[in-house]
Amino acid sequence: MLWLRTWKLGTKSLALHPLRTGLTMLGIMIGVWAVIVLTAISQGASDQVQKQIESLGSTTIIVRSQKPTEDKLTGMGASKYGLLRSDLEQILANVPTIQNAIPIREIRRQFTYRDRVVDGRLVGCTPLYADVNQLVIRNGGGRFITDVDEIKADTVCVVSAGVAERLFPYEEPLGKRVTIPEHTDKYKIVGVLEHRNPSAAIGGSLDSQDFSSDIYIPIRTLRKRIGDTIVTRRSGQFQAEIMELNQITLQATNQEQVKSSAALIEDILAPTHEALSDTAVVVPLELLEQARNMKLMFLGIGILIACISLVVGGIGIMNIMLASVTERTREIGIRRALGAKQGDITRQFLVETIVLSFAGAMLGIVVGLLSLPAYRTMIWFVRNTMEEKFNALPAAIREAEPSIVYWTIPLAVAIAVGVGLISGLYPAIRAAKMNPIEALRHE
Amino acid sequence: MSTAPYRETGNLGVTDGSGKLATSIRNLTKDYVLKSETVRALRGVSFDVPEGDYVAIMGPSGSGKSTLLNLLGCLDQPTSGSLFLGDDDIAIMSDDELADIRSQRIGFVFQSYNLIQQLSVVENIQVPLYYQGKLGAAERQRAVTLAERVGLGDRLDHRPSQLSGGQQQRVAIARSLVNDPLFVLADESTGNLDSVTTDEILALFDELNEEGRTIILVTHEDDVAERAKRIVRLKDGMLHTDEIISEQQRVAARKAQQVAVEELLKRQ
Repeated sequence: MLWLRTWKLGTKSLALHPLRTGLTMLGIMIGVWAVIVLTAISQGASDQVQKQIESLGSTTIIVRSQKPTEDKLTGMGASKYGLLRSDLEQILANVPTIQNAIPIREIRRQFTYRDRVVDGRLVGCTPLYADVNQLVIRNGGGRFITDVDEIKADTVCVVSAGVAERLFPYEEPLGKRVTIPEHTDKYKIVGVLEHRNPSAAIGGSLDSQDFSSDIYIPIRTLRKRIGDTIVTRRSGQFQAEIMELNQITLQATNQEQVKSSAALIEDILAPTHEALSDTAVVVPLELLEQARNMKLMFLGIGILIACISLVVGGIGIMNIMLASVTERTREIGIRRALGAKQGDITRQFLVETIVLSFAGAMLGIVVGLLSLPAYRTMIWFVRNTMEEKFNALPAAIREAEPSIVYWTIPLAVAIAVGVGLISGLYPAIRAAKMNPIEALRHE
Repeated sequence: MSTAPYRETGNLGVTDGSGKLATSIRNLTKDYVLKSETVRALRGVSFDVPEGDYVAIMGPSGSGKSTLLNLLGCLDQPTSGSLFLGDDDIAIMSDDELADIRSQRIGFVFQSYNLIQQLSVVENIQVPLYYQGKLGAAERQRAVTLAERVGLGDRLDHRPSQLSGGQQQRVAIARSLVNDPLFVLADESTGNLDSVTTDEILALFDELNEEGRTIILVTHEDDVAERAKRIVRLKDGMLHTDEIISEQQRVAARKAQQVAVEELLKRQ
């Protein structure tokens, strides 16, 4: 009851100086707003990363070929490096916790159909590739590569949605034959895929993958028809690279086995590949854990920054309350003369700071919640008015979708009110400790 | 003029009249320590104020008048001696107990009104009750009744800044009565007012005293003091004289005030 009356009194006193009250609340408001928005942004960014890593699968181990530094490449003509088919055999023979393995060979090639040409990636792989990379066959679009294709090393292929649209804008691609000019082979299309969003780069040796211009063929077909040697022309010179496999995607039987399996694989690869360091083992699960740590760090930094602005807001409150105590010295004297105890005076000023900081926090929440739609509107606006510049932005900014971390709202309010209380305490006690006689005499 | 310096009242609780004492002061001293020097503001003052009395406290500056006022108002505590309000000696009270005494037993009327600017007339009147923890409808009704009693029934929701000096002082008087105090302590209550308003306020004090209110008035104006029943004069921190004002003197003082009022009204 007393607190309620004091509350009414506090709001009344604050309402006497609306501008001052508003400016003081602004500090707290910005602090709370910052908590909500900064955590939302970092949450959004880390959600994005997490989603990408999760799409690689939590039981997956990826072994990739990587180009060694020039000085390590010996030989005058073709440079030979990367994963070998014998590596795959060794891994399968020695690592019992591996459920299945997909050898992958990727080559940049041109695909033609009649007079249309598309630059793309020719991927030699096995049937499981589709599942592991979440490739989905379009409705009524045939099938993915099968074991039969693989065994027979058939010249069949599955085209991605992007290739299908560009090579066959007006025709049904199924059953047509795509030509790869360098090799004069024709591949019969047995399947057409749905669109798939590109996966972003996840650091390490895992580049971003754009699945939109891929053509998939059985890896045995690729070996038989094209071979391991790839000749490219670069600045007038021909360069030959010999590589058996670009990547082996492995799946462990369960999550617990992932790390030990990866370690074992590294040991198996070490004798043949350590000198050249031309392979790398990537464990998405580890990346996922790293990403989670990153997310916590981002969240922590966000909250820290926000807390700094809350403390600044608190200093604002203390400042204004000290001014208010001085200004209202006489009122304090009157109240003391009429029977207010020191505790009553303390309470009166504390209630004012609590009202200030709480109202500021509420405003901060409202503005914080409103700024997400505002952000989306802004992104939408930029995307539609300055498309080129927008596309030049990093994917993390383009695709990040801020999502509010709801537990930060009560946290922010608690910190704001706590800061208000602490910064109000000193002025309030100072007001209460005033000598009533001198306070009454104060002009 | 019958002068009775050092009117001794003898044993506590024994008065010459009605029996009960509003306040009783015994050998009151107050020292202030200022840096190295000690100022002895009161050097042993004793007198009683029986209920229903109307006392004017006078004295030149430096006489200890303000110090005595602060002690009577329980805003300060004596260095030695006793000051009884009812049965309680304020000399041995804590700060919170003093605050309770102020809200329950004393009615303050200040020179500069001292109303709280952000509160309305009724709310200002209720402040002492508020600090007693009494906040109900009955208390509001009492404040309204008192506002009407001092002639401000039509300005209940006005702010102090919307009132004249005389009106503000009447709000202050209503406020001083709201807790049904042992005495009303008025500190130069007419010092800021013109003759007309002074007369109004003093007439209000007269009425209140006739209704049985004890009034202690601190003033340096003789014509104000002479409307009281008794004048206590201080000098150098000690009681100088304690005189009873005869009814004739009081009537004369009222008439003199009336003349001043008429003169002022004529000039306007």
